[in-house]
Amino acid sequence: MKLVIAIIQPFKLEEVKEELYNSEINLITVTEVLGHGRQKGITEVYRGAKETGNLLRKVRLEIAVNDNYLEPTIRAIIKGAKTGETGDGKIFVLDLAECVRIRTQERGSIAIG
Amino acid sequence: MINSGDTAWVLISSALVLLMTPGLAFFYGGMVRRKNVLSVLMQCFIIMCVLSIQWVIFGYSLSFAPSKGFWGGFAWLGLNGVGFEPYADYAGTIPHQAFMIFQAMFAVITPALIIGAFAERMKFSAFLVFTLLWATFVYDPLCHWVWGMGGWLRNMGALDFAGGTVVHINAGIAALVTAIVLGRRANLEKNVPAPHNMPFVVLGTALLWFGWFGFNAGSALAANGLAVNAFVVTHTAAASAGLSWALIEWVRNGKPTIFGVCSGAVAGLVAITPAAGFVSVVPAIIIGLLVSVFCFIAVTVIKPLLGYDDSLDAFGVHCVGGIWGALATGLFASKLVNPAGANGLFFGNPKQLFIQLATVIVTIVYTVAVTLIIYKLVDLFIGVRVDEKSEVMGLDLTQHHERAYTVLE
Repeated sequence: MKLVIAIIQPFKLEEVKEELYNSEINLITVTEVLGHGRQKGITEVYRGAKETGNLLRKVRLEIAVNDNYLEPTIRAIIKGAKTGETGDGKIFVLDLAECVRIRTQERGSIAIG
Repeated sequence: MINSGDTAWVLISSALVLLMTPGLAFFYGGMVRRKNVLSVLMQCFIIMCVLSIQWVIFGYSLSFAPSKGFWGGFAWLGLNGVGFEPYADYAGTIPHQAFMIFQAMFAVITPALIIGAFAERMKFSAFLVFTLLWATFVYDPLCHWVWGMGGWLRNMGALDFAGGTVVHINAGIAALVTAIVLGRRANLEKNVPAPHNMPFVVLGTALLWFGWFGFNAGSALAANGLAVNAFVVTHTAAASAGLSWALIEWVRNGKPTIFGVCSGAVAGLVAITPAAGFVSVVPAIIIGLLVSVFCFIAVTVIKPLLGYDDSLDAFGVHCVGGIWGALATGLFASKLVNPAGANGLFFGNPKQLFIQLATVIVTIVYTVAVTLIIYKLVDLFIGVRVDEKSEVMGLDLTQHHERAYTVLE
């Protein structure tokens, strides 16, 4: 089992969701986050006071998958999120130790899908 | 002879109409995505600054100085000769400057209405130049033709009590032109934009409804029975249209929405604007009930069918509602309401309907042509549209270096 964490452009969320759905990956958690990498933050000015290097809005996806779904998930995220510009985001893959479905207390692979 | 009651009412009405522009800012601001809300508020507020100055320096003279020509001319530049004595051809019981400042608020809100069509993708510098040119070469001449002494549409007998043609059809058709030539917003198909703050839309509608009493009842230019008639029919038409839009949604989509009631109320206010001083209350209900049908079809059927991106439906509400209002004036106008007006078709004068129709067509032809020329000129020298990256990041950050909402604290 893997946990896929992806940081993407906010306006790409709908396309990523659509691609994931097409690959039969329906269980995702979405949060709004701030951050920046090489695409530097933008300067904001309030009554002349400059705030440089401000963080940019991004969307963070968390998707828990069984191992055979890992590559389709990564492919779907890339297909939906890529513009080719800096700021497109990153995908992190972590090993997932355990998964429990609260309703039934099922554990492991069966609880993910 | 100055009448203090009339003067007080026109000054209050001027303040009420001014409030409509910030009202419009919130109405539109709530509808855009949150990365663009400040850009819309900014566009509305800077119009209040720029066009108020344009108006006192030369806009009022171009619009209202007596002339049979294309414009009113330059006789009243810098308010030269526009003083505190009444100018009887426009309003015999209030100081001339009271009439001038009342009209200033109309000149401010009209270009602001167009913002709804190009929201979320226009460069701020281009917007400023476009707006100033549009006010000078579209609003001022048209205002002169319909309302100014010597204006040819006025002499032809066109009825436009408070600006259905001059304000709403005019701004609404210009909105359609800019929406078409500017093109659709980026990523629209995959990422359908939802209004980011519906309570703002409601707040804006409330301010518009409130301010519209000044717009319509103030257009009587006196505190008299005609002003009361305009006040009553304005309120009734807005109420009818808000209700009717909600009912249409309920039948067609299964649930009525607050967005629908707000859209309907504004459409009703638009439609009653040319008619407010010429029709009684039962026609006002009919005008209100039907305007929502026409505008609903325009924004939910025609817009998707033709594919133009009138972001916030400036055309669908203001032009469509304005045309219905102008024609309805030709149907329902009655000399029993206003002896200085005319009878409409239902009161035995079919000719009035043709005069109304001719005025609508003249407005559309003139505004489409000149708006297009102004747009192309601005695009040539400045470039109207922001680059795609700025559009994606939002106009608040890229055009103004500010943002409306923080995410952390």
